[in-house]
Amino acid sequence: MQVALFITCLTDTFYPRVGEAMVRVLRHFGCQVEFPAGQTCCGQPAFNSGFHREAARLISRMADVFSPYSCVVTPSASCATMVKHHGPPLFPEGDQARPAVCALADKTWEFTTFLRDRLGVDMAAHLRFDEPITFHYPCHAREIYSVEDLQGWLAGANGCDLRVPARPDLCCGFGGVFAVEYPELSDAMLRDKLSELEATGADLVISNEAACTLQMSGGAHRRGLRLRFKHLAECLAESLGLMEPESWAG
Amino acid sequence: MGWLSGKLRLRLAEATRNTPVVEAVHRVTWRKVDARRVSMDKLRHAENLRTRAERIRRHVLERLPDYLEQFVTQATAGGACVHFAPDATAADRIICEIARSRGLRLAVKSKSMTTEEVRLNDALAAADVRVVETDLGEFIVQIDHDRPSHIISPIIHKDRRQIAGAMARELGCAYTEDPEELTSIARRHLRDIFRRCDLGITGVNFAVAETGTLCLLTNEGNGRMTVTRPRVHVALLGIEKIIPRLTDLPVFLKLLARSSTGQAMGAYTTLITGPKRSADRDGPEELHIVLLDNGRSDILAGPVPEVLHCVRCGACLNACPVYRNIGGHAYNSVYPGPIGSLLTPLLWGPSHEELPRVSSLCGACRLACPVKIDIPELLVRLRSLATDRQPRIKRWLLRGWAWGMNRAWRYRLGQRLMRRTLSDDGSGWATRGLGPLRDWTGQRDLPRPGARSFRQLWQEDLGDER
Repeated sequence: MQVALFITCLTDTFYPRVGEAMVRVLRHFGCQVEFPAGQTCCGQPAFNSGFHREAARLISRMADVFSPYSCVVTPSASCATMVKHHGPPLFPEGDQARPAVCALADKTWEFTTFLRDRLGVDMAAHLRFDEPITFHYPCHAREIYSVEDLQGWLAGANGCDLRVPARPDLCCGFGGVFAVEYPELSDAMLRDKLSELEATGADLVISNEAACTLQMSGGAHRRGLRLRFKHLAECLAESLGLMEPESWAG
Repeated sequence: MGWLSGKLRLRLAEATRNTPVVEAVHRVTWRKVDARRVSMDKLRHAENLRTRAERIRRHVLERLPDYLEQFVTQATAGGACVHFAPDATAADRIICEIARSRGLRLAVKSKSMTTEEVRLNDALAAADVRVVETDLGEFIVQIDHDRPSHIISPIIHKDRRQIAGAMARELGCAYTEDPEELTSIARRHLRDIFRRCDLGITGVNFAVAETGTLCLLTNEGNGRMTVTRPRVHVALLGIEKIIPRLTDLPVFLKLLARSSTGQAMGAYTTLITGPKRSADRDGPEELHIVLLDNGRSDILAGPVPEVLHCVRCGACLNACPVYRNIGGHAYNSVYPGPIGSLLTPLLWGPSHEELPRVSSLCGACRLACPVKIDIPELLVRLRSLATDRQPRIKRWLLRGWAWGMNRAWRYRLGQRLMRRTLSDDGSGWATRGLGPLRDWTGQRDLPRPGARSFRQLWQEDLGDER
């Protein structure tokens, strides 16, 4: 099966390893992965900020970039939500760009749900952890997968010592432009999130959203906490022996 | 000051540093979130109930003029006198005039955010009517010359010492921090007021069109005293609070208390249809219902009419991580929290236009809302209508960013520039960003992008591996 990788701007820039892990895992399960080099951003920051004209232009551009492919996979549930749920309403019925944007909405998959629903992969059967883990449920995954889904994938993994946080779906405080518009407030929310994670006693946090990871790891590093963050794609690639375990310098 | 934010940022930053308030708000909101969840989990078909509540609210607001007409007809037939107030000033004038013409001098009030919205207490004080709040929380707010900071728990921001201090100072009682003692002091004080009052003022939780009935929910019994003791009862009713039939009421009664406090039911549910009848032993001689518009018709005709579905349960405030970290006063509005961030700019205009932006759009409010208002979506809708009035620098930055993202080569150039301008101390983390990134690195470190972006990795190695 041919899939086009929609890497998202944050993963491309900050977490190339997550992209590599996705490619290796998808290939492992028999996909032929393509990467359209023309892709940039789905427009989510503009959309959430209320700049809908700008967002519409970017998402319609992405629809063109991905038009040759019948299946698009992305590591981010929030970008998938942008494409699948917020994109089409930006274009009124009859708008020239609407069909392409709707097509993109229909064929876009978030990585973990693609594995589960499209490829029929039982992630828990392949995952293995050799240290206690905890997880963050990203708010913007609600339309894609539930807290229970994520918790289930992890809890069923081999050798898993899963420490469920008291409130796994507590917001990390990122919120796009909000994080730099109201940084002190965003940081106060982050403090709550980090103390929840710390209270679990696990150092490894499974976090599937690059934006949340940027926020949480940035706050953890500033505070000198031991927390480390990893995307499920990386965990899978490592468990399947497709990638060397990451070395954690410093 | 930041690149992307204005004065509000300072106010909110200050609010996050007010540790005693923030801690108190954390404690109470988490307790209520948990209580709500437990009580909703016990409810059979909770989701269906929320859906039904939403449908009823939507249905009413689509036919509001008809239902209002029916309500007025029925309430009048039941003996109530119905007034219509297009705005806050009119509501205040009508109520002051009722007091003046009948020589009413001492008013008791049960908790009502709508009366806060029209600043009724100030208007009555100016008209020489003494108003006493009878909800314990509101009573403490009043004697401490404070403002409520939560629509259900008005003194969520106060600790026991502040309450004890205010009671001792204003009521002349012995200083005590014991909640039960404080409550009984307030109760004795209020009993005396209830004996002497001649005007009772309430809000309304639901008004039933079919019967002209007012429904009032309280936990302390003060509401029932307020509508039975004085000789005149004035109810201030926002026009959106109508529901069609008496049989719709249970849907909301099941949801409202659970959403507010986690109780299966409020302690007192009072249904009022008309003033005292000749056979009744108590009740007011006159019942006045003041229907308040105050911008609601405009909201209904505007871009976010769903805001009016709100039943003022306060669940979205309790669920909100923003509210939890700044408290209610930071919103500078009678209506704080997620629903307040929508209502405030709609009711009080452009000076509050920034409030919808104070949200990470996490959606905890949407999940908590008993009538399923999609608050994050409405916040974004309001943001989209105010972009032209955003500070110029922010518009330029966002449009410039979007322009950059519109071509892959510009995007790649941006990536390289970002890497160049971010310096790290060898740890891989940047601690001081330039320009707008400074507003990130003030609080958080930023991982310095690696030598190769994913697309470079793909181009150079990964793409060819197959």
